[in-house]
Amino acid sequence: MEIGLMHYLTVAAILFTLGVFGIFINRKNVIVILMAVELMLLAVNINLVAFSTYLNDMVGQVFAMLVLTVAAAEAAIGLAILVIYFRNRGTIAVEDINVMKG
Amino acid sequence: MVIEQITFYIFAVVTVVSGIMVIGSKNPVHSVLFLILAFFNSAGLFVLMGSEFIAMILIIVYVGAVAVLFLFVVMMLDVDFSKFRAGFTKYLPIGGVVGVILLAELILVLTAGSGSFELPSKTSSPTPDPSIVENTEALGNILYTDYAYLFQISGFILLIAMVGAIVLTHRKRDEVKKQRISDQVNRDPKEAVTLKKVGPGEDGTWKSD
Repeated sequence: MEIGLMHYLTVAAILFTLGVFGIFINRKNVIVILMAVELMLLAVNINLVAFSTYLNDMVGQVFAMLVLTVAAAEAAIGLAILVIYFRNRGTIAVEDINVMKG
Repeated sequence: MVIEQITFYIFAVVTVVSGIMVIGSKNPVHSVLFLILAFFNSAGLFVLMGSEFIAMILIIVYVGAVAVLFLFVVMMLDVDFSKFRAGFTKYLPIGGVVGVILLAELILVLTAGSGSFELPSKTSSPTPDPSIVENTEALGNILYTDYAYLFQISGFILLIAMVGAIVLTHRKRDEVKKQRISDQVNRDPKEAVTLKKVGPGEDGTWKSD
């Protein structure tokens, strides 16, 4: 069986689902939640590059690079927020971050 | 063609298994290490798809920067991670239901749409023949011309993220002596130096018996 678009899309779908599932089961650990978000963005990148290859269009790879940029920025900001939260509260438990009652 | 399928299945299986280990391992340090493994193997998938530049960027940016940042933070924060596992089974049913529904719907879309993805007659930037123009050069040809604005905007996003991270984590510490250049420049010689008349024997530090 030839490796085609469907195989890559299936891998990306499984990775995306793992990211969503990881956010649900690790509700208390912000670091693992951030890593699950990174997994979901990786799945999006696999989708973009797979369609780029399949459709013979380079634009998908350009957008994959933009998604990568945003993912790096998001990780940096998220970890910075985590560090100052830990400095103020002495814990990183997410369930304590509802003091704003948003 | 068998070697391509074997390579794909190795990369895909290791990526998925390390994704499972990222969200399932007890120690967050192990999670970060499995995240690195997942990124390496998906870089292999990107190479199989013929986009080498994205694969190399993935390794440089994710493994070299993001994953190391995660490792720093995980090891720097003195947190007892064992008590975070308490709610693991509490959210397992709802998470499992949502995950199974999401995966089933995604697979449904893939199987329903398989074969019906039509190749468009005209693409905006068609991929050149890789034996003539390689992937990096082709990507640069359109990234710096047609998508130059997007390139600039992503640069601004990175700049703002850098400034934001520095502003968030920077704190003023009073116990550390630092050079404050504005204070030095604003020093007034009239207040800094005073002349005092000292008579003979009035010094105070030196006394003659």
